[in-house]
Amino acid sequence: MRTKIYFDHSATTPVDPEVLKAMMPYLKDKFGNASSAHSFGQEAMKGVDSAREAIANFLGCEPKELIFTSGATESDNIVIQGVIKATKEKFPERKLHIITSAIEHPAILEPCREMEKAGVLVTYLPVTEKGLVRVGDVEKAITDDTVSISIMYVNNEVGTIQPIAEIGGIVKAVKDGRQKAGNKLPLIFHTDAVQAVNYCNCQVNELGIDLMSISGHKIYGPKGIGALYVRGGTLIKSIQLGGHQERGIRAGTLNTIGIIGLGKAVELVNRKQSSSAELRRIKELRDKLVEGVLKTIPESQVNGDLEKRVPSNTHFSFLNAEGESILLMLDLEGIAVSTGSACASGSLAPSHVLLAMGVPKEVAHGSLRVTLGRFTKEKDIYKFLKILPPIIKKLREMSPIK
Amino acid sequence: MLYNEQVMDHFKNPRNQGSIANADGIGEVGNPVCGDMMKIYIKVKKEGDKEIIDDVKFETLGCGAAIATSSKLTEMAKGKEINEVLKINREDIANALGGLPPAKIHCSVLAADGLKKAVEDYRGKHTN
Repeated sequence: MRTKIYFDHSATTPVDPEVLKAMMPYLKDKFGNASSAHSFGQEAMKGVDSAREAIANFLGCEPKELIFTSGATESDNIVIQGVIKATKEKFPERKLHIITSAIEHPAILEPCREMEKAGVLVTYLPVTEKGLVRVGDVEKAITDDTVSISIMYVNNEVGTIQPIAEIGGIVKAVKDGRQKAGNKLPLIFHTDAVQAVNYCNCQVNELGIDLMSISGHKIYGPKGIGALYVRGGTLIKSIQLGGHQERGIRAGTLNTIGIIGLGKAVELVNRKQSSSAELRRIKELRDKLVEGVLKTIPESQVNGDLEKRVPSNTHFSFLNAEGESILLMLDLEGIAVSTGSACASGSLAPSHVLLAMGVPKEVAHGSLRVTLGRFTKEKDIYKFLKILPPIIKKLREMSPIK
Repeated sequence: MLYNEQVMDHFKNPRNQGSIANADGIGEVGNPVCGDMMKIYIKVKKEGDKEIIDDVKFETLGCGAAIATSSKLTEMAKGKEINEVLKINREDIANALGGLPPAKIHCSVLAADGLKKAVEDYRGKHTN
């Protein structure tokens, strides 16, 4: 049987065998509801508590500052909508302003658009052609009405690492200034760190973060589980009504199985992924792949900053070859990748991230995201480098543009 | 699977792909900015009063659906009378392929338009 190659780790990751092993008892005997007072419930809560501690340790926060959610989309929705909801109640007379970037995930952009309909002013910051938010732009955009700033840590398409710690520093200075000036409106800094957990420093105090979204399935954990770090004292409210779980910020029975999986996955990132040897290994494989592609395929380019970028990500454009067709042909050869082409997005427009970077549409349509991971081998890179060039050649021969 | 087997078969093994050096009509539609671009070449022969598509070829830059619909269109048009092929619309192509995902229906528009343009080009050259 031909072995398949998975180069789409930014879409999702396989569950690490150690994560699966940790989850199994909670799918069987340890089925209790963590909110129950009896031994079944307490046994489940014990597992939840230790997962919470492992994650708190990774983020450098208090365990009670973590809210478990169904994933980063829910975390992001609580951030955008929950902060506005709570702020409106406390400051009903104030105008409210949100700052975000043009390259955020739809889980941020869509709730922001919804808030605009409710009268909130939203600034969507542009990015450089390398896919980076400018710290100066954030600083300039902050007004006395700004209540939240949400900038992703690592972009999911081009893998660029945003200047989160620098923005955190600015936010802190503005907070101090507001206190002196008597402006009681909070300024809350959120980062969607879904794509960062595997590779970046996520210590919330070092970064100056108030809220952080993370997801299980991007870090070799299960799908349907995520978390939101909520700094103690942050003005935020639940957007889903129900029970009093998770400090009243997220109603609903705790997903014990998912939480155990997320806890183990974070623990493994700490142990396996964060080691400089593993980061170097992935980076070397990625660099080899990039070099090979650029050398063998004419009219190809890498999109996004080359340095400020997670080691697992590379993002190409091939002129005069369409992304979905490249993806399909690679898939027929057993290689899984992703594209920012319009045809793959379900809409008629190519990736909003590439367009925000000023990539021309015709170049965006020929884009290909290749993301490596924990189980990527060197031979996978060589196989990819053997298979891709003839595919691009074939598609270009089929094209009316010569 | 995003596409059904028939569509994938046309994508993997496109029929009538290429160009015709001395084509009687050429239709070019779409552009690289919108993502899909297609060029349809036709060769026409006359049999009495009838004008028949003797040969048809395509060149396409685009997604799986764009390539598969171009390929299917050429298959549907070859050997047919011009008046007949002008009636081929996007639904006909999509149906002949056993259906396309809803988001991809618009891709088949391009193929139908490309052929119409090629016929117009031919007629423009052959009036009177």
